[in-house]
Amino acid sequence: MKIYLKIWRQKDAASKGKMVDYTMEGIEGDMSFLEMLDILNEELITKGEEPIEFDHDCREGICGTCSLQINGRPHGPDTMITACQLHMRSFNDGDTITIEPFRAKAFPVIKDLIIDRTAFDRIQQAGGFISVNTSGHTIDANSIPIEKEKADDSFYAAACIGCGACVAACKNASAMLFTSAKVSQFALLPQGRVEATDRVLNMVRQMDIEGFGNCTNTGACEVECPKGISLENIARMNREYLSASLKG
Amino acid sequence: MGILDSKVPKGPLADKWTQHKNDIDLVNPANKRNIDIIVVGTGLAGGSAAATLAELGYNVKTFCYQDSPRRAHSIAAQGGINASKNYQGDGDSDYRLFYDTIKGGDYRSREANVYRLAEVSGNIIDQCVAQGVPFAREYGGLLDNRSFGGVLVSRTFYAKGQTGQQLLLGAYSAMNRQIQRGKIRSYTRHEMLDLVKVDGKARGIIARNLVTGEIERHSAHAVVIASGGYGNLFFLSTYCMGANVMAAWRTHRRGAFFANPCFTQIHPTCIPVSGEHQSKLTLMSESLRNDGRIWVPKKLEDAKAIREGKLKPTELKEEDRDYYLERRYPAFGNLVPRDVASRAAKERCDAGYGVNKTGEAVYLDFAAAIKRYGTEKAYTSGIKDPDADTVRQLGEEIIEAKYGNLFQMYEKIVDQNPYKTPMMIYPAVHYTMGGLWVDYNLQTTVPGCYSVGESNFSDHGANRLGASALMQGLADGYFVLPYTIGDYLSDDIRTGKIPTDSPEFEEAEKHVTERINKLMSGKGLHSVDYYHKKLGKIMWDKCGMSRNEKGLKEAIKEIAALRKDFWENVKVTGEANSKNQELEKAGRVADFLEIGELFAKDALERKESCGGHFREEYQTPEGEALRDDKNFKYVAAWEYKGEPKDAKLHKEDLVYENIELKTRSYK
Repeated sequence: MKIYLKIWRQKDAASKGKMVDYTMEGIEGDMSFLEMLDILNEELITKGEEPIEFDHDCREGICGTCSLQINGRPHGPDTMITACQLHMRSFNDGDTITIEPFRAKAFPVIKDLIIDRTAFDRIQQAGGFISVNTSGHTIDANSIPIEKEKADDSFYAAACIGCGACVAACKNASAMLFTSAKVSQFALLPQGRVEATDRVLNMVRQMDIEGFGNCTNTGACEVECPKGISLENIARMNREYLSASLKG
Repeated sequence: MGILDSKVPKGPLADKWTQHKNDIDLVNPANKRNIDIIVVGTGLAGGSAAATLAELGYNVKTFCYQDSPRRAHSIAAQGGINASKNYQGDGDSDYRLFYDTIKGGDYRSREANVYRLAEVSGNIIDQCVAQGVPFAREYGGLLDNRSFGGVLVSRTFYAKGQTGQQLLLGAYSAMNRQIQRGKIRSYTRHEMLDLVKVDGKARGIIARNLVTGEIERHSAHAVVIASGGYGNLFFLSTYCMGANVMAAWRTHRRGAFFANPCFTQIHPTCIPVSGEHQSKLTLMSESLRNDGRIWVPKKLEDAKAIREGKLKPTELKEEDRDYYLERRYPAFGNLVPRDVASRAAKERCDAGYGVNKTGEAVYLDFAAAIKRYGTEKAYTSGIKDPDADTVRQLGEEIIEAKYGNLFQMYEKIVDQNPYKTPMMIYPAVHYTMGGLWVDYNLQTTVPGCYSVGESNFSDHGANRLGASALMQGLADGYFVLPYTIGDYLSDDIRTGKIPTDSPEFEEAEKHVTERINKLMSGKGLHSVDYYHKKLGKIMWDKCGMSRNEKGLKEAIKEIAALRKDFWENVKVTGEANSKNQELEKAGRVADFLEIGELFAKDALERKESCGGHFREEYQTPEGEALRDDKNFKYVAAWEYKGEPKDAKLHKEDLVYENIELKTRSYK
């Protein structure tokens, strides 16, 4: 396949970026999208140019590191996968592909396609935990039976990989899906109920401080989420937030 | 051998850990506030250690090269975590978990460490549930278990195919609580480039800020290395792209012995290589072997026809299939340990029975499981005489509920539907049992420098059992290190802050800067990946699933030559004082080029076959590994002496007081 690429290049956070054109030939369908970029980078290095920097690590769709906006969509045209799981068979000979970093005020660009997502860490630090010390003397794991359906729902919320696709997909750059997934994981479990009030208030406050936008129920986040995190989590967080606000 | 004191406490096996905890010194809570600890790596071992040490009151600094501690590669562990809870009532116990682990490791691990691991395994599950880790549950609300290779009980806890991710998020949340309290300072996008020793003790590290390129000095009273394994030296592996040996190797170069480098795990169920462009390999969880049956065609002509696309696997009759694991190992069948399963796959493919274009793949088939589950479901749903389609549909639903995400992952990569046609799998490098030598306290041979998780060598011997890596990482981090490090630090309560302007820090920083400058000044003929791929090929061909004297000797020469070429001709683009992924890779590959040679040297020295280390010269007439307990029942710990070829061997003799050494049999 012959592929035409338009890729965002930016020297560092302080510099202005721009789209740069590249053409690639001999691309095979079995190649992953990132392997295609590897080949492009090898070509650039051979020519003595600086390769394109992009974040990636596990290359199997679980670490949440990759953060590419491909043809205007987070993680590209396929659904329920991350960019590293995308294969070139999803494209046709002669296609033009644009590649940009995830765009959001709270995710500043570090270099080329690499962004700073530490805002997500700070939201988690504000309350995304259960306050239990490591002692080896917590109660036996089976002493509190948990309804299977609730445990499963908690798992589905916990499956969030923190990639930021939800923010990149949202016209308001809202982090509601991300934040609500963590709030939900704990809200659905008896262990998490004890601190539910403070948790939701603190995490939402931090989300606002970081400069993420509000949720206007468009649902683009759910569509683009590589792990299928449901909008129900946002509804649950709103409910948790309301009842916490009344208590507080 | 006085230099290698394993410090295993005296007394009966089951009492050693409790007794040791009672005997060691403690640091009082007020004094902990005056003590700093550096933790390098934030996977299960590093993350859990950092969180626990901070809870205890120490000041902790964590370092990871990723943009968040949550992304460490522990996250990719799919199948589960072992614990001897015996919730299933199937005869499990601490002793049985201990025994299975020692036997699975082919009698090359330390008894006392492994028993302690089994002993604390139950606490891990309790702790994780308390943290809100959403493990799989049964309809009664209690925790569910499944089976993994090499054992006869069901002791594996899991969270669908994402157990590692959920456990790491648990440790990460515990870290976050301490970051919020100010007890942990988390340095992300930072890489440790050297260990700093003052008066022979580990007192800090030199790190590079990967965003700005700045070289930083960080001091502490103790340093914990939790940087994972070195399997990426094979280039293609199931490791994440950034996984590297730098922290461990730099520590080795500063005096920490490196143990059993040749003990590498090759995992039997990975998606086969598709072409030259391949950058990494993807694992299909071992849990699939609970329900999948592994086979190749019985006849060479069928295998050939399948490779050429003239025959479909589903068209092959039952009697024309060779379920070789069930044939060779009737007692354990498809659930033999990983080393055994991998070698058996290689044996069949080498004999010409491989089933993909390259001839390096075998089938993992779910048709029988789909039928079995479908029939059972039809029966329990009251459907009388269900037709084949109904059974198939019901069965596929159950398989989807169990392994849905893995099947989806397979389909995305291979572009084939594994519900309809068998998966193709082949072994790939997955884990390294070798690592920094540590004593019972997890301390390396450098005082004040500890190593936890995959980066140490301690618990898995020559082969790791499935679902035991998560167990070891969390055991070390939550339940072992936080106790044992106190014993060492109790001498440091009056030391005060370690200054970073000492000559030792000066020297280490100078060393690091010179190395970076040298990397940047190569002649510029070939990219870093060019060298990494070449090294990977030497390793896979000559130090892979089977090894022999001739190949290993060649490997040693070739790697040394490649290393020389690298330092003269590598091309690193960009600048050292800014974000530069090529420079990051170059530093890592430079270290792989050193450990690769030590790896081959270690494999050459170990003239026996055990676990994942299979020397062709040492096998039984049936092709099984032939261990030599008389001459090789030891841990090979290598001391750095300049070039890898000059490394000096120290032996820690392994003493088995509670287990009788036997030939490992899964027949």
